[in-house]
Amino acid sequence: MSGDVLAVAEHRRGDLRPVSYELVSAGRELADATGGDLHVAVGGGDVETFADHLAVEGVDVVHTVAEGEEFNHDVCAAVTTALFESLAPTALLVPHSVNGLDYAPAVATRLSIPLVTDAVAIDYDDGVTAVRETYGSKVEATVEVETEPVALTIRGGEWPAAEGNGDPGIEPFDVDLDESALRSQVRGFEEVGTGDVDISEADFVVAVGRGIDDEENVDLAEELADALDATLAASRPVVDNGWLPKNRQVGQSGTVVTPDVYLALGISGAVQHVAGMKGSETIIAVNTDPDAPIFDVADYGVVGDLFEVVPELIERFG
Amino acid sequence: MKVLVTVKEVASVADDFEIEELAIPETYLEYDLNEWDDYAVEAAVRIAEDRDEAVEVVAVTVGPERSEETIRRVLAKGVDRAIRVWDDRLAEAGVTDPTTTARLLAAVAEREDPDLVLSGVQASDDGYGATGVALAERLDVGWAAVVNDFDLGDGEVDVRRELEGGVEELTTVSLPAVLTIQTGINDPRYASLRGIRQAQKKEIAVRTLADLGLDPSILDSDLILREVAKPEADADPTIFEGGPTETAADLETVLRDAGVGAE
Ligand SMILES: Cc1cc2nc3c(=O)[nH]c(=O)nc-3n(C[C@H](O)[C@H](O)[C@H](O)COP(=O)(O)OP(=O)(O)OC[C@H]3O[C@@H](n4cnc5c(N)ncnc54)[C@H](O)[C@@H]3O)c2cc1C
Repeated sequence: MSGDVLAVAEHRRGDLRPVSYELVSAGRELADATGGDLHVAVGGGDVETFADHLAVEGVDVVHTVAEGEEFNHDVCAAVTTALFESLAPTALLVPHSVNGLDYAPAVATRLSIPLVTDAVAIDYDDGVTAVRETYGSKVEATVEVETEPVALTIRGGEWPAAEGNGDPGIEPFDVDLDESALRSQVRGFEEVGTGDVDISEADFVVAVGRGIDDEENVDLAEELADALDATLAASRPVVDNGWLPKNRQVGQSGTVVTPDVYLALGISGAVQHVAGMKGSETIIAVNTDPDAPIFDVADYGVVGDLFEVVPELIERFG
Repeated sequence: MKVLVTVKEVASVADDFEIEELAIPETYLEYDLNEWDDYAVEAAVRIAEDRDEAVEVVAVTVGPERSEETIRRVLAKGVDRAIRVWDDRLAEAGVTDPTTTARLLAAVAEREDPDLVLSGVQASDDGYGATGVALAERLDVGWAAVVNDFDLGDGEVDVRRELEGGVEELTTVSLPAVLTIQTGINDPRYASLRGIRQAQKKEIAVRTLADLGLDPSILDSDLILREVAKPEADADPTIFEGGPTETAADLETVLRDAGVGAE
């Protein structure tokens, strides 16, 4: 194996996504351990500009692929496979994003190489070892990959974003796309989940999760939000159940909030939820489970039943 | 037409669990149908209900005998029949990575030859989020991951993929295809009493590696589990102890210090 690492950057609607720079840090770290170069690939859209932005410290080569405008997984899978075959790296790194989920497993299958997804740490010592979370982040599993090369998807927010000017070579990569192998066609994009309330503007947020148990109980949370002069938000299951509208959803696929106070009631703290609230100034969690991952990001916590604590709080502020 | 839906019985850990070497003892585990698969099952059953032509909905799972309880519930919701892949070798091999799971499911899918495969975005226990797309690639068919709406047409399916930050992508995929289904796409039904009764009569066919013509060597995973631990907390929150009255008083202090309730 060459020891090289190939990382595939991600962009949407003209902008590189932050995880692309985190991928560079993860890739550099791994390439240092394997003693190889870090290759970054970017395809689709204005690849010259993307390549300029990706010319950060630690990147050895940026490969640009001028195919299409936006992400299409058939194109992305074909290009990534071709580039991988031409570079023969030790590891392929892809973001564990919605689009990463949409092509990394196909590429790993096509290349017949093992795939470890959602890595939060990667190590190399004669082979790749990755740490990943299981059982809703309550357990951490260390997985060793016995063969090389390997494909990994990395969790956003776990590595620092790479910065500082670098001087990588920029190399256009030509690929012969077999148009008949394209089975999907992207028709456009749509914003969803906007409404009367913009939770991202709120200074105080009371957020309820599945622990609220029933639609009727949402009233209790609403009452608390009123008493605290806060905005009511929710985790995904509450919205999935139709108990609150989509514009109240905090998280990866919902809204990112950064209030002064985030009070999480009956929310476990799944990674996709935490992605939307970890920037809050003060995080307070009420949860019956002492091992709930929400306590890993909280400043204050109560291990207890929200149905006992919330009425007391309403009384104090009412 | 035929719809194949992949389902998994997942384990969740109880509050205050322990880890013994590389495993969590059974006493701390609770089993249930994977949340994402529940939505996939509902989507599959609705296709059967909504279309004029006859639609057969088949569920496939990889799992031990215990999982039949969960699979019965899927049958009670309107799935026509189920296939459970298992044998002694699978039981011995234990951890199966998504590549192996996709291989096993692909062997079933090749025999069933469905027009559409629905799968959950991820399984809540090991959270790989890779099985559906790996399965599509193995079957050499189209796919879409993280689908929160779809409209089945002739020879193709229009999907909405839920991207990050409240943006959805509209994509058309030619059939046959595998879609990985996101929660919230529908409102999964509860099994009716009648459904539960009918489910008792439905078939759960067990298939071994040999039945599927698979070589046991496919179970030699490249991924070796080395360590299982409770994660070390990044933050060290102040935890308030005591009954609800005391903890609420403590929370009041924190909230007022942060400016809540100040007019
Ligand atoms: C691609 C993708 C995108 C996603 N996007 C989002 C997103 O934007 N936002 C989001 O939130 N999720 C998102 N999810 C879902 C996420 O993975 C979790 O499923 C979800 O966040 C769990 O919500 P929860 O914490 O409310 O429920 P659970 O995980 O079920 O947690 C409920 C918690 O309540 C506690 N509890 C129960 N009863 C009580 C009580 N009486 N008092 C106190 N505590 C109690 C329990 O101990 C538990 O910790 C996404 C998932 C995927 C795969």
